Amino acid sequence: MANDPIHQFQISKIVPIQIGGIDFSFTNASLFMVATVACAAGFLYFATSQRGLIPGRAQSVAEMSYEFIAGMLREGAGSSGMKFFPLVFSLFMFVLTANLLGMFPYFYTITSQIIVTFALALLVIGTVIVYGFYKHGLHFLQLFVPSGIPGLLIPLVVAIEVISFLSRPISLSVRLFANMLAGHITLKVFAGFVASLGTMGALGVGGAVLPLIMTVALTGLEFLVAFLQAYVFAVLTCMYLNDAIHPGGH
Amino acid sequence: MFVTSAYAQTAPAATDPHAAPAGEAHTETGAAHGGGVFPPFDATHFSSQLLWLVITFGLFYLLMKKVIVPRVGGILEHRHDRIAQDLDEAARLKAEADAAVETYEKELAAARSKGHKIAETAREAAKTKAAADRTAIEAELAGKLAAAETRIGEIKAKAFAEVGQIAEDTATAIVDQLIGAKASGDDIKAAVAAAKTEA
Repeated sequence: MANDPIHQFQISKIVPIQIGGIDFSFTNASLFMVATVACAAGFLYFATSQRGLIPGRAQSVAEMSYEFIAGMLREGAGSSGMKFFPLVFSLFMFVLTANLLGMFPYFYTITSQIIVTFALALLVIGTVIVYGFYKHGLHFLQLFVPSGIPGLLIPLVVAIEVISFLSRPISLSVRLFANMLAGHITLKVFAGFVASLGTMGALGVGGAVLPLIMTVALTGLEFLVAFLQAYVFAVLTCMYLNDAIHPGGH
Repeated sequence: MFVTSAYAQTAPAATDPHAAPAGEAHTETGAAHGGGVFPPFDATHFSSQLLWLVITFGLFYLLMKKVIVPRVGGILEHRHDRIAQDLDEAARLKAEADAAVETYEKELAAARSKGHKIAETAREAAKTKAAADRTAIEAELAGKLAAAETRIGEIKAKAFAEVGQIAEDTATAIVDQLIGAKASGDDIKAAVAAAKTEA
């Protein structure tokens, strides 16, 4: 397409860095990773700096997000899952802030990069595997053998369970990445229609109203998606962690 | 065609700030783009993406774990404790108030029965005293009445006794006045006695 909606995902180097022949440049994506961390951490830090017994608005938001994730984790992984609270909370806040920052025009959406979401998904699955074997040893493999299955079906069920387990990091990362990518491309395409129709005289300007309405509606939808995907990422993290904590409880 | 030119005008402007400090980077990006690789799948940037993700997310995780989570947890726990403490305090105060009300009512009942008793005793005492006073006064009055009756009787008897004398004196005086002569005492006495008997 002429009005390149892919351009917004282009990575450009700000400070080129080469270590041992590998490219570690500080790019616009890196800049927005730093911005995401600065926004999320800065907000949480200053919102709670008063430590008010009666919370202000900002402190309320910080407390609500804390209790939201705490409730989610307790429900999904039980009270013994609370040791993973910092991880789930960090993941949720990081993904949510990154998604919301991406809603600003000209801002870079780091969660639209498959490598970023895949790395976060691998972090979750890696935590599940490492903690599962550390805590339960080989009993962790019970995860793949649901109880109450007739002996004949066990190989089949185990194969299905292994495949479903291996597909988790892929589905977890692709879901977030694809949602953000598709949403931003759609927004860009409709916004591009507004711009190109607007240059085509009076009729074009009249016709540009429709994609403009669509763009406004899509922007609202994208804010919902930004929150929803962060929520889904956190919920699935809780569910997978539950497998590491209770591998037999299938 | 309009579309192409419009994009071509805006595109360099958007990339310019990033491209300006690193001239050689721009050419590399251009080459990668020119290769037709979809940017999110462009593996040339994976290493730098991963490194910076590890740095930023690692920092973020540490900050959450060491500062934010304990702090927010502390705030919530403190509030929870404070509410529980306040509720306990309220329950204690309520129990205290209930006990005070109970004591008050007990004391009120005791005072009321005591007052009742005192009133009863006082009424009883007053009644007895009044009765005693009445009997005493009645007795006194009866005594006085009896004395008065006796005296009246005496006076009456005395008067009756003196009636003859008076009648005689009067008769003597009357006769003296009427006829100018002294009647003999015996006649008069006899006349009076006759009149007395007639009466």
